[in-house]
Amino acid sequence: MRVHAKRAGALVGGLLFSAWSFADWTMNMTPGVTGTSNSIFSLHMTILWICVVIGVVVFGVMFWSIFAHRKSQGYKPANFHENTVVEVLWTIIPLAILVAMAIPATATLVDMYDTSESEVDIKITGYQWKWQYEYLDEEFGYFSNLATPRDQINNRQEKGENYLLEVDNPLIVPVGKKVRLLLTANDVIHSWWVPDFGVKKDAIPGFINEAWTRVDKPGIYRGQCTELCGKDHGFMPIVVKAVPEEEYNTWVAEQKAAAEKERELTQKDWTLAELMERGEKAYQTSCAACHQPDGSGAPPAFPALKGSPIATGDIAAHMDIVVHGKSGTAMQAFGSQLSEVDLAAVITFERNAWGNNTGDMVTPKQIFDYKNQQ
Amino acid sequence: MADQQTYYVPEQSKWPIVATVGLGVTLYSVASIMVKSGQGESTTGAWVTFFIGALIMAYMLFGWFGNVIRESRSGLYSPQMDRSFRWGMSWFIFSEVMFFAAFFGALFYVRVFAVPWLGGEGDRGSSAMLWDGFQATWPLINNPNPEAYPAPESVIGPWGLPLVNTILLVTSSFTITVAHHALKAGHRKKIKIWMAATIALALGFLILQAEEYMHAYQELNLTLESGIYGSTFFMLTGFHGAHVTLGTLMLVIMLIRVSKGHFTADQHFGFEAAAWYWHFVDVVWLGLFVFVYII
Amino acid sequence: MSAVADTHTQEHHHGPARGISRWLLTTNHKDIGTMYLVFSFTMFLLGGCMAMVIRAELFQPGLQIVQPEFFNQMTTMHGLIMVFGAVMPAFVGLANWMLPLMIGAPDMALPRMNNWSFWLLPCAFLILVSTLFMEGGAPNFGWTFYAPLSTTYGPPSTTFFIFAVHIMGISSIMGAINVIATILNLRAPGMTLMKMPLFVWTWLITAFLLIAVMPVLAGVVTMMLMDINFGTSFFDASGGGDPVLFQHVFWFFGHPEVYIMILPAFGAVSHIIPAFSRKPLFGYASMVYAVGAIALLSFIVWAHHMFTVGIPVAGQLFFMYATMLIAVPTGVKVFNWVATMFRGSLSFEAPMLFAVAFVILFTIGGFSGLMLAIAPSDFQYHDTYFVVAHFHYVLVPGAIFGIFASAYFWLPKWTGHMYDETLAKTHFWLSFIGMNLAFFPMHFLGLAGMPRRIPDYALQFADFNMVSSVGAFMFGATQLLFLFIVVKCVRGGKAAAAKPWDGAEGLEWTVPSPAPYHTFATPPEVK
Ligand code: HEA
Ligand code: HEA
Ligand code: HEC
Ligand code: CUA
Ligand SMILES: [Cu+2]
Repeated sequence: MRVHAKRAGALVGGLLFSAWSFADWTMNMTPGVTGTSNSIFSLHMTILWICVVIGVVVFGVMFWSIFAHRKSQGYKPANFHENTVVEVLWTIIPLAILVAMAIPATATLVDMYDTSESEVDIKITGYQWKWQYEYLDEEFGYFSNLATPRDQINNRQEKGENYLLEVDNPLIVPVGKKVRLLLTANDVIHSWWVPDFGVKKDAIPGFINEAWTRVDKPGIYRGQCTELCGKDHGFMPIVVKAVPEEEYNTWVAEQKAAAEKERELTQKDWTLAELMERGEKAYQTSCAACHQPDGSGAPPAFPALKGSPIATGDIAAHMDIVVHGKSGTAMQAFGSQLSEVDLAAVITFERNAWGNNTGDMVTPKQIFDYKNQQ
Repeated sequence: MADQQTYYVPEQSKWPIVATVGLGVTLYSVASIMVKSGQGESTTGAWVTFFIGALIMAYMLFGWFGNVIRESRSGLYSPQMDRSFRWGMSWFIFSEVMFFAAFFGALFYVRVFAVPWLGGEGDRGSSAMLWDGFQATWPLINNPNPEAYPAPESVIGPWGLPLVNTILLVTSSFTITVAHHALKAGHRKKIKIWMAATIALALGFLILQAEEYMHAYQELNLTLESGIYGSTFFMLTGFHGAHVTLGTLMLVIMLIRVSKGHFTADQHFGFEAAAWYWHFVDVVWLGLFVFVYII
Repeated sequence: MSAVADTHTQEHHHGPARGISRWLLTTNHKDIGTMYLVFSFTMFLLGGCMAMVIRAELFQPGLQIVQPEFFNQMTTMHGLIMVFGAVMPAFVGLANWMLPLMIGAPDMALPRMNNWSFWLLPCAFLILVSTLFMEGGAPNFGWTFYAPLSTTYGPPSTTFFIFAVHIMGISSIMGAINVIATILNLRAPGMTLMKMPLFVWTWLITAFLLIAVMPVLAGVVTMMLMDINFGTSFFDASGGGDPVLFQHVFWFFGHPEVYIMILPAFGAVSHIIPAFSRKPLFGYASMVYAVGAIALLSFIVWAHHMFTVGIPVAGQLFFMYATMLIAVPTGVKVFNWVATMFRGSLSFEAPMLFAVAFVILFTIGGFSGLMLAIAPSDFQYHDTYFVVAHFHYVLVPGAIFGIFASAYFWLPKWTGHMYDETLAKTHFWLSFIGMNLAFFPMHFLGLAGMPRRIPDYALQFADFNMVSSVGAFMFGATQLLFLFIVVKCVRGGKAAAAKPWDGAEGLEWTVPSPAPYHTFATPPEVK
């Protein structure tokens, strides 16, 4: 038996040693960049060390018995089995330790709940499987999708540096300001987590949860959705860019202008080729996750659009399902998510791609009218 | 224990396995029926297996209980055995209490937290942003999204049928107790009269409840689909009603057994179990009357 | 004084019936216990194979062998099968075998119902596993099946899953009722409550937890059923419901459930450690009170699984404090075990090895539990691999090692043969190393930010995942050795004495090994 123990010990030791000799494997929580994340980090380290110390004491006594009080060493057993004093002691002492832990924890928690006096309000909505950010004071908003190419995920292409942690449109926040986050969801529960901020809050359909953060250091911070939300739960990252205030203000101005321009595009006369080009892009970001890049879907959960009766049949029905979605299924109402131009483009694309050669063209104006007649 | 007597350990029995097959087939068929009708497919086959399962269950119930009754009457059950049955029944009733507790919990939660939040009060009050024009009231006669869940026009007040039903059930708890005393005193005729009275009250309750449901569905648009008020209302009263039905069935069987001359003044656990169950159903009703109808 | 009523011919009473009908129709607690244990191990292998699929997919970044949809089904089924199919039935099996022997009863109080409780389980799992082959796939929303992912957005098989849960619930409730009735009513003369062996005590309290929370689980799946099929809006805000309501009701069941999976192991370990320390258990009374305290506290801590859902701060604080309190009675138990070993005369046969590893590794899992209980820190840990590490530390070296320890401890009593000690020790050491290799790195992964329930991950998590997968394969393969050891022991081996462990105490060691088909027809006297 002791031979086994020694061999096992050598094996574990060897493995641990090689583990530590690898350079920089992240093994611990990082302190992050906000006040909250720093207090959490120090709470974490405090409890961790308390547990380590308790562990050392308890296991120390145990290992002492294991080595010294063995039958094979001829040790004769004692016969005590009660001692009120130690039993009271080892009830009271842990209790005291717990109280000591609870005090800083309470303070941190109360602070995390204080969302008053915010300077920027952002509404965050979780969708299967992307985030929508709306700047409530500025009246614009946009979606943020995974930007990692499918080919990297399917191992057909070298994985990039920020594999699975990159998005097309990051959330932009000004540094040094208290940002209030209003979290909700459109379909199932999601959870918005950026470790460096110490913010994790569930986004629950039909309700709004509040959280706040104040980032003092400009930079790019990455996180992920942390509530199982279906098939692509692992593929809805969060990227936040904290920028100095002037930069933030210019960016806001640009966004507002762009939103205006988008509205103008609706009036423009589009050609089929232009719509197809734009439609393909929109399709790949918004639709391909479910209906697949080649329109083959993943039946029965996600129908194929290639040859689909709706995508090759009545245009009104096609517009209806894309604009209004189908409640109770994963097919969302894209009418509120995409601009008229993108809606028109994506429908046109679907009606002409992958051999759905209907030749139909749907213009942004048609969509605009379709939405307004409701 | 000094009073330990012979403990009867039954021989092999086919009933457990029959019961398993019966329950499995029945529930599998119920699930198939639900899924298929949801997808608009034919449910005929599932209904057929459902009836087969239900028949197996019925066969099992008659057989198993018949078996137990025979054993009991041939004097195999010692007082210790009787205590096992008592513990068994008491803890079974406790499990039922917890089942109802889940639904009562849901009712309290939506009333105290969810609905006020949706209406703009309290910690998650900003949720109201999502529901333009929603007013938090209870009974909830406008829903956050009336298109998905058309609200009821009004709900059922406590002082009509529900009050009558309360009186019926409370009275029936008295009558069953009188019957129990009669049983202990050995008055066969009296037992039968009071049990019949209890069953009559129970049936009265069930008929009035059916009446109430019809009223709710046909005139008030208070249905399972009319939002959280309808959901909690029908789940609580519905499961209670199902338990009343079961309790009534038990009482009927006990009446039959009494008529056949079963039970003695000091050995009549079957009767007592039914009576306990009946009191439990009654207490749940009082909870319902207060929390669903009055408050 | 008493004897078992003998209404049948003698030969029936000497041994079991032959053939399949012995198992289908049995009312014997030993047969039923055996069936539970075999069923549980089968489910452990099945759930383990699913874990192997998970670990194989996570071996490297990128999607390799399964698609995300299927990965989620594997995670869900793995959790459900392990919890409801492997751990709970194993403990019920141990209870069936050992409770009557420990309290000097002729059988369980309600033997026919006992058989029904068992047979419902294969029925429930047949339905559950059949969902894998249904259109739209098996449940894919995690073993916690949060609405609305499991209601509005669930696959069609969800309805079957719900009925499977109902059947499991019926089985557990009946099993628990039987345990309580047996313990309260069939103890041998002289065995007062405070003289009961600890395994009996822990099971009494576990049974109480089961009866209190399984109906709540039934309630919550019933609400799901209604939301899916009958248009109610319990978990839908547009009708005035709340998805978070689901979580409250689920965790009111779920937290006591995790203690259901550990308390019987506490009980078994409280027999094994004294036996191999050759010294009475330290602090018997405080052990009993501690289990009671854990059980009662378990009803008021459920929202620690929901710290991020937006509970008002007062609620958050209440649940944090209550959760932290559980460390006190659990600590008392750990200290008592260590005190039992202290100045004993220790030897390390397989049951003791597993029991000692249980104490150490469960405590590590308890420490991470305590860290999770600190609400602000939980904002960083929640739904990451840190949680996965926590619960595998309390479940694998906790529940599963507890079961292995019990199996080795009582195998001689069940089979009449000694198991192969060398192989058993090999089983222990390989399991010990494999398990730590598989689950310890998960702490690092979680702290570094890897969410749980994802089929693919960012590159900085690659190395630890690979280590973890290697450990998992090693741990998994080792369990085949256990199967081999048990089969070997059943078929033969050194004959076991009535009391093969010199330090063991209790009525179960007063009957011969293997325990005769019927024991304690006349109850023994306990002084
Ligand atoms: C057997 C099962 C089991 C057991 C026993 C426990 C025990 C504990 N668990 Fe665990 N837990 C799970 C199974 C279990 N858990 C599961 C399955 C989940 C995840 C579910 C899911 O989401 O899928 C979970 C998740 C979970 C969470 C939610 C995490 C999250 O999702 O964010 C939390 C948070 O508080 C928690 C806490 C605790 C605590 C405080 C204990 C305590 O009981 C531990 C007490 C023990 C000790 C503390 C060690 C010994 C004590 C001493 C030596 C005394 C001195 C110590 C001190 C004073 C520090 N657990
Ligand atoms: C008692 C409960 C229990 C047990 C024993 C285990 C055992 C194991 N679990 Fe378990 N696990 C859970 C309960 C349990 N788990 C729960 C509740 C969840 C959460 C689910 C959710 O998120 O909803 C979870 C989730 C979970 C995850 C996270 C999945 C995710 O978040 O995406 C992982 C990942 O590694 C994992 C791994 C393992 C491994 C490797 C084992 C191993 O210990 C298993 C070892 C056993 C075997 C392997 C079987 C025996 C061997 C054979 C049949 C031979 C074949 C072997 C080879 C091919 C090597 N589990
Ligand atoms: C989250 C998954 C998801 C995304 C993203 C998605 N769909 Fe769908 N889509 C579905 C599902 C599920 C259905 C089937 C609905 C039903 O049951 O009828 C569907 C159905 C459709 C149909 C009808 C097909 C038929 O034959 O029934 C069309 C057309 C369609 N989607 C277009 C789109 C477009 C355009 C986009 C992007 C702008 C898109 N979808 C994005 C899930 C999705
Ligand atoms: Cu969104 Cu997970
Ligand atoms: Cu818990």
